[in-house]
Amino acid sequence: MSDATNPLVTDIAPPAPGYWATAGRKLIRDRAAIVSLAVLIIIALLCAAAPWYAQHIARTDPFQSNLSGTVIRHGKTVEVLAAANNPLHLGIEPIGPSWRLGPYMLGADDQGRDVAARLLYGGRNSLIISFISAGICLGLAAITGILSGYFGGWTDRIISWLLDALWAFPVFLLAISLSVVLIAHGIDIGPIRLDASSLALPITIIGIIYVPYVARPVRGLVIGLRQSEYVLAAIGIGGPAWRILWFDILPNVISSLVVFAPLIVALDLLTEAALSFLSIGVQPPAASWGTIIENGESLIYTRPIVAIAPGIAIVITVLALNILGDGLRDALDPRAKLRN
Amino acid sequence: MKIIVAVLLLVAGLASARAATNKSDYGGTLRMVTVSASGSFDPQVNYTLRYAEIFQAMYDGLVTFAKVGGAGSYQIVPDLATNVPTPTDNGTTYVFHLRQGIKFSNGQALTMQAVVHSFRRLFKVNSPNAGTWYDVIVGGRACNAHPEHCTLPGLVTDAATNTVTFHLRHPDAEFLDQLAVAFASILPADTPDHDMGTTPIPGTGAYKVQSYDPSNGIVMVRNPYFHQWSALAQPKGFPARITYRFGLSAESQVTAVENGQYDWMYENVPADRLNEIATHDTKQVHLTPVNWLIYEPMNVNIPPFNNLDARLAVEFAINRESAVKLFGGNALAIPTCQVLPPQIPGYRPYCPFTKNPDTTWTAPNWKLARQYMKKSGMIGQRVTVITPLESPYRQIGIYLQDILNRLGFKADVKPISPNIEFNYIQNTNNKVQISVTDWAQDYPAPSDFLNVLYSCNSFRKGSDNSINISGFCDPAIDAEMEKAELISVTDAKTGNALWAHVDRQLTRRALAVNLFTVKRLDFVSARLKHFRFSGEYFFLPQLAVVK
Repeated sequence: MSDATNPLVTDIAPPAPGYWATAGRKLIRDRAAIVSLAVLIIIALLCAAAPWYAQHIARTDPFQSNLSGTVIRHGKTVEVLAAANNPLHLGIEPIGPSWRLGPYMLGADDQGRDVAARLLYGGRNSLIISFISAGICLGLAAITGILSGYFGGWTDRIISWLLDALWAFPVFLLAISLSVVLIAHGIDIGPIRLDASSLALPITIIGIIYVPYVARPVRGLVIGLRQSEYVLAAIGIGGPAWRILWFDILPNVISSLVVFAPLIVALDLLTEAALSFLSIGVQPPAASWGTIIENGESLIYTRPIVAIAPGIAIVITVLALNILGDGLRDALDPRAKLRN
Repeated sequence: MKIIVAVLLLVAGLASARAATNKSDYGGTLRMVTVSASGSFDPQVNYTLRYAEIFQAMYDGLVTFAKVGGAGSYQIVPDLATNVPTPTDNGTTYVFHLRQGIKFSNGQALTMQAVVHSFRRLFKVNSPNAGTWYDVIVGGRACNAHPEHCTLPGLVTDAATNTVTFHLRHPDAEFLDQLAVAFASILPADTPDHDMGTTPIPGTGAYKVQSYDPSNGIVMVRNPYFHQWSALAQPKGFPARITYRFGLSAESQVTAVENGQYDWMYENVPADRLNEIATHDTKQVHLTPVNWLIYEPMNVNIPPFNNLDARLAVEFAINRESAVKLFGGNALAIPTCQVLPPQIPGYRPYCPFTKNPDTTWTAPNWKLARQYMKKSGMIGQRVTVITPLESPYRQIGIYLQDILNRLGFKADVKPISPNIEFNYIQNTNNKVQISVTDWAQDYPAPSDFLNVLYSCNSFRKGSDNSINISGFCDPAIDAEMEKAELISVTDAKTGNALWAHVDRQLTRRALAVNLFTVKRLDFVSARLKHFRFSGEYFFLPQLAVVK
């Protein structure tokens, strides 16, 4: 017997799509957000392909100086760093962009390294740092915000004091101060050892500085949730705190964290670029978009592409992250409709 | 013969100075620009070229280097003294006759007391070279030990004969050079015995400070009490006013000079602007070779560079031509392997760290470098390169890091603020292994490179002023340098040969990677005429015509 003949079955309405499924559908309908997501995926894939590009296209090691190297350009062997053509023979100019897929497509930097290859490697580091530090930030913010908001009392006071202390510093001043102090010798506290040139150092610094910016709203949200009927009911029936936090509070906080995620990644990307530009982020010979801009600063009059290319990459990535963030907020926040 | 050549050079210098002396050339404001102030404005304390260039127009010593352009600028001429004495008593006594009728810019007369006070003050303000140069005066050591009780008995004045006599502990071929630099400026007798910081001290020179603000700049005007007593020692100067503005980056300085907003910039022209100025502003560019060494000192007291083979590996691997490229190319720098720059007496071209070793560097020798590296057993050792956070030193540091990594070290590079880098790398407490830095002459003498940079006396553990950055100390080489100094008093030729020998020995020890010597590039405004460059003081602002 077919179910179709059973009136009971035909009368039951299909189950309503869940919260996440609804949000997913809303997000898919948001063209700008989807295009942004696609752009981000493309950038991530290109950056992931950096070693392949360096080996097969650029055919150079983007981390080694190549000051006395040569390259074939238009059938001629030319120096990667050549003497400038002027009456006084003053100055050296790195080779310019060929604008063709191949060695030195975007030209060379002041060390004679392939800018395009470094751009991809740099993007890899910039994205790794910004995504992981955003993860650290959101994780710490979730823990501190939830504990503070749920338990209240001394727990709330102590955590709030710590967050206030962190918040009291201008964010870049704090980041620069931490970097300047730690970049000289790294971190060596008991079992925790971070080398000064390790990416873990900027990741840690950037991961910490934005915690209050997320933890505060999470705490506010949890204080509200703590008074909701289902949480009070769970407390009333003697549910253990960990269970309430895990099953009742956290799922309601996650949507906020997801909305925050792209924005924090974008902020972290900009912070990393700023620190690296100031020579206190990613350390040479490793690259990030910030370090490449810094290299390009000394070539801004002769080879502006060295600074412009990573600048454009940062702008596109941050723009895509912000648009995606907006899309996620609209998709996950039921009040978004009201706003719209 | 030497005297004739010197006289000819001076005459040529004077003639060139006279070439511009039309009445209409006097007056106007010379506008100089630099990135920042440069520490204390006390001439007996400040040790920077940035201020030495203007101190020479404001202060005088008993003798000075001739203020002319070209080769004659290394000649010592009488200034506040009327003579350049020939030492007596086996080179230990110098008698100067003090010039009469000279006044400081505050109206006080130049007196014997001012001379005595100025030399005692050198020790009381802990002048950077009080311990290394002026302690040769009898009583100088006691003054260094107890500056507050400094009497300096080796300095004797006689009002009747109007003479100032210096008695030295031993002959010193460079004593006159040391009297000719800004530290030995004669200041008023009532100048306080402490670093005057931002308060300008009156001088006897052609110009005085009208205002000094470390965050904005300096304004210099004519000293109303000045009358020209020697065009070579202290020329009257053409501009009526000289301003020195602080606060513009090197890039902005280039643009400002191009636009005629300033007449001269202190900083090196950034590499990316060189082609532009050399193409469009050719006549405004002045290139002059100077005794200025860019080098990478290696700490011989801590791993890995306490190992000679490790140091040799770096020496042979470095491509000095590549380093020259980072500085702006062959028009601005000349590769070298040795400590002494080409214009210093005692210089004999020598380069053992090259393919086909000879007198000049030709190419790196990677085969030999790898052999030394293997022999050193230092593969995998961590090395941190300390470099100033400014172009082109930072780029040179990154290049050095690359070479070290290729050799098998695990190298990091730490660019730090140029304001602190020079002192940081000197202090042994910072355990700096290798760094990028430079050294420019105080005066054209071999000891100013060899003795200053590598003698045991120049190495002070835990001090920010330990200019022997490598930490090298060999009493045998010190004895040889002492011998060279003594012989040079009476026999310059033999002395120079000895210095050349010391240069070779120190070079062979691979205490530093000597990269290149540089040419100074001065970029001036289109209106600035009569540019004069002294090998000692560099740009002579008072000789520029800006009307």
